[in-house]
Amino acid sequence: MPSGFGIHEIGHATATDVPQANRMNTAVTHMAGSQDRTGSKTMSNQIPDHLLQKHRKLDIAFEYASRFFAFLVLAMLAAIIVSLFIGSLPAMEKFGFGFLTSTEWNPVTEEFGALAPMVGTLVTSFIALLIAIPVSFGIALFLTEMSPPWLRRPLGTAIELLAAIPSIIYGMWGLFVFAPVFSEYVQPHLISILGPIPGLGLLFQGAPIGIGVLSAGIILAIMVIPFISAVMRDVFEIVPGVLKESAYALGSTTWEVVWNIVLPYTKTGVVGGIMLGLGRALGETMAVTFVIGNAHKLNLSLIKPGNSIASTLANEFTEAVGDIYTSVLIELGLLLFIITFIVLSLSKLLLLQLAKQEGKKS
Amino acid sequence: MDLYARRLLVNRFNLFISMLAMAFGLFWLGWILIVLFQHGFEAISWSLFTEMTPPPGSHGGLANAIVGSFIMASVGTMIGTPVGIMAGIYLAEYGNSGWLAPSTRFVSDILLSAPSIVIGLFIYAIVVLHAKHFSGWAGCLALSLIVVPVVARTTENMLRLVPDSLREAASALGAPRWKVITSVTVRSAKAGIITGILLAVARISGETAPLLFTSLNNQFWSLDMNAPMSNLPVVIFQFAMSPYENWQQIAWAGALLITLSVLLLNILARVFFRNTAQGH
Repeated sequence: MPSGFGIHEIGHATATDVPQANRMNTAVTHMAGSQDRTGSKTMSNQIPDHLLQKHRKLDIAFEYASRFFAFLVLAMLAAIIVSLFIGSLPAMEKFGFGFLTSTEWNPVTEEFGALAPMVGTLVTSFIALLIAIPVSFGIALFLTEMSPPWLRRPLGTAIELLAAIPSIIYGMWGLFVFAPVFSEYVQPHLISILGPIPGLGLLFQGAPIGIGVLSAGIILAIMVIPFISAVMRDVFEIVPGVLKESAYALGSTTWEVVWNIVLPYTKTGVVGGIMLGLGRALGETMAVTFVIGNAHKLNLSLIKPGNSIASTLANEFTEAVGDIYTSVLIELGLLLFIITFIVLSLSKLLLLQLAKQEGKKS
Repeated sequence: MDLYARRLLVNRFNLFISMLAMAFGLFWLGWILIVLFQHGFEAISWSLFTEMTPPPGSHGGLANAIVGSFIMASVGTMIGTPVGIMAGIYLAEYGNSGWLAPSTRFVSDILLSAPSIVIGLFIYAIVVLHAKHFSGWAGCLALSLIVVPVVARTTENMLRLVPDSLREAASALGAPRWKVITSVTVRSAKAGIITGILLAVARISGETAPLLFTSLNNQFWSLDMNAPMSNLPVVIFQFAMSPYENWQQIAWAGALLITLSVLLLNILARVFFRNTAQGH
């Protein structure tokens, strides 16, 4: 290695251009040779070769190690998809695409179809969004525009704590507390008021038993509200003050500013937040398993017991006998993963788009 | 009514509705917590921590489940954290170019919200199916997969908060890059990284779905990681869904324990982060 070896070779991070390299050599030897001080005692103008080489090797090793672990995260995704795909091959061979359209579910004759749980997953998530979107919008609006500043943090934290409560707690609470109250005070009215209406009434037929698709949807709504409202609040906060102030200066009311300025500006972010909530709702397992009733029937009525992909898995997987049964359940898992993957990717892309647009404007 | 009055009315009405929405959110939190405390404290007793999960109808506790949960959460965190931190370091320190960093970021954000039951299925397919039995190790692995994206993304975000001038100063002193990262950037982002780990622990201590097909459950005292292992969430699931009164009681007590520890971890993480953030 040539003598007069400067800082260039060692400190190639960001500040490679340091003029007084030689004058700084004391510090250089000190830092680089913290394990091996013999070099600094002699106080020469150069760093010992073996030290330089050692650190160059460590540098490379460190970078590759961190790259390996980042790659591992990617590999995890690939491994999940591949292993679930392999696991579901027997079921795919046996049922083909008919699996997606059949409502059959008979472990004894080994006839299976995914339509009922798929519809259950979609319907419960749809109900959840129907409730959660307006509520989350209201919460975000309150937190960004109305709340006194000192209340903002505690209230925001309280809503975020809703997301921290484990889903099994929602399940227990739903089964033991919410369902009885719901069946006694709410469902009878739903049935008597909405039931007779032609068309819409078909959704509210049956006995008020508390558990069912509607209850699952409502509990899911409570669970996704913190996610959607957190994203909405965050994107509302990036709206440039100048835009809002201009609107206020023209005489707009708070509501008009939010509806005509803030919402159009953050449209993509808001949709991204909704998609994030949808992704959460689709895959939610334990809470749904407790309250949905677990019936493998396709019912039009929302107050009858139903099923979702995740609850089917949670309920039947450990009891599944036979390769086909297990394989069918794994295929359900694969379906669920693919659906949520697509929804969450959309969410992420929309949020990224907003971030980019934000970067351009400011 | 003139236009002006109508606009004011609409404004006031909508803001009122937004207040109701806020109350709606808080209402559920309050209801759930109150119910949980009522039922939980009723069922909590000293024997909960000293006795094993009982058969239906007899007296018992949750000792084996508490210990099992604790072991699996700790081991899961210990496996997942280094992977997450290293991945986070890559994203923050080397990840400004190339295809790997953006795709890793994207994928870990998706894994963050992916259904945890699928992670359980995955571990079942690659571990349990080959070992031919459920095991504590499988449960730990499933939990560690949930830890990784949480830790990776918080680590990245926290490292990005470290000013570049700090890195440049260390490099200017001639420190090799690995040393700049380990003893300057990571060290100054330590509080944030610990916050991320705390959040990850909070997340996995309440997870039920990934444990259903991996560690399953064990009615007896067992520290054998190669055998099915008892854990709080699955015990709660089993006991709460059962028709036995004493099992349901124990499930409430377990639910209270889990929620308290998860909320405590969450609040701890927040306080911890806020204090250090103010210090900067």
